[in-house]
Amino acid sequence: MSRKPVRLMNLLEQTRFLLRITRTHDIIRRYFVVNGFDGALTMLGLIIGFIVSGATGLSVIINVCLGAAIALGVSGVSSAYVSEAAERKRALGKLEDAMITDLRNSAHGEAARGVPLLISFVNGFAPLAISLLILTPLIVANAGFALPLSPLYAAVAVALLLIFLLGVFLGRIAGVSWLISGVQTLLVAILTAALIYLFTGY
Amino acid sequence: MVLVKRLVLDVLKPHQPNALEFSQALARAGGDYRVCITVLEVDEKTETLQVVVEGDAIDFYTVQSVIRDLGGSLHSIDEVEVLSEPQAG
Repeated sequence: MSRKPVRLMNLLEQTRFLLRITRTHDIIRRYFVVNGFDGALTMLGLIIGFIVSGATGLSVIINVCLGAAIALGVSGVSSAYVSEAAERKRALGKLEDAMITDLRNSAHGEAARGVPLLISFVNGFAPLAISLLILTPLIVANAGFALPLSPLYAAVAVALLLIFLLGVFLGRIAGVSWLISGVQTLLVAILTAALIYLFTGY
Repeated sequence: MVLVKRLVLDVLKPHQPNALEFSQALARAGGDYRVCITVLEVDEKTETLQVVVEGDAIDFYTVQSVIRDLGGSLHSIDEVEVLSEPQAG
């Protein structure tokens, strides 16, 4: 069997290896949940704001929410890239000091360049994807398909479901009850909705 | 033709990849390599290994390249066993 340097591994193998040697699995998971939660709550807030405000055209609502979703995605990518690139560079520098050698061409050098890209992608993708899922009922209704309930309330239901699922995911990671964890995150969403109803609509 | 049968190397490497992954990567460098790693010293960010590689015809430069790929640094070649084989024909 021939040698398989890091650069010749397939993309999935390489990604797993680089995450393992930098021990950044948990960072990616954390970014996914934190920014996914941000995306879901932002969409929930916008949609409840539109419900409280009364009649507005669906296309306006979709454009406003899409604008926010894109901004969340770009913000997620850029902020995570800047901070993670700095962290990985610092970690590589410390390792190079300890090894008294240049590690730029080693797996650690590849990790310092590749891991920030991956983390920033996840950090931007999570809120964008979750926001788009929440907007699906609005887009479907705007395309002329009939929904069993008002598209805004359907979007709120999707948002609550996704927030519950993020809680379930967190519960499974922590090894605690998925139901309790899901209900906890759902309560946060309900509290957010209550605060919006309390402070808006004037 | 002189074939390298056994190498004992002194290697400094970061904690990750661990000794198991390090030895597996070295073993993959050749079809019949047998690799034995002993961790001699563990520091805050690095560890010193004694790496023993055995095989029918070890390619030293490939072994060295794998060590470098994984972030290791070859400090010394402590033991070598080579065998001279008569050329066929």
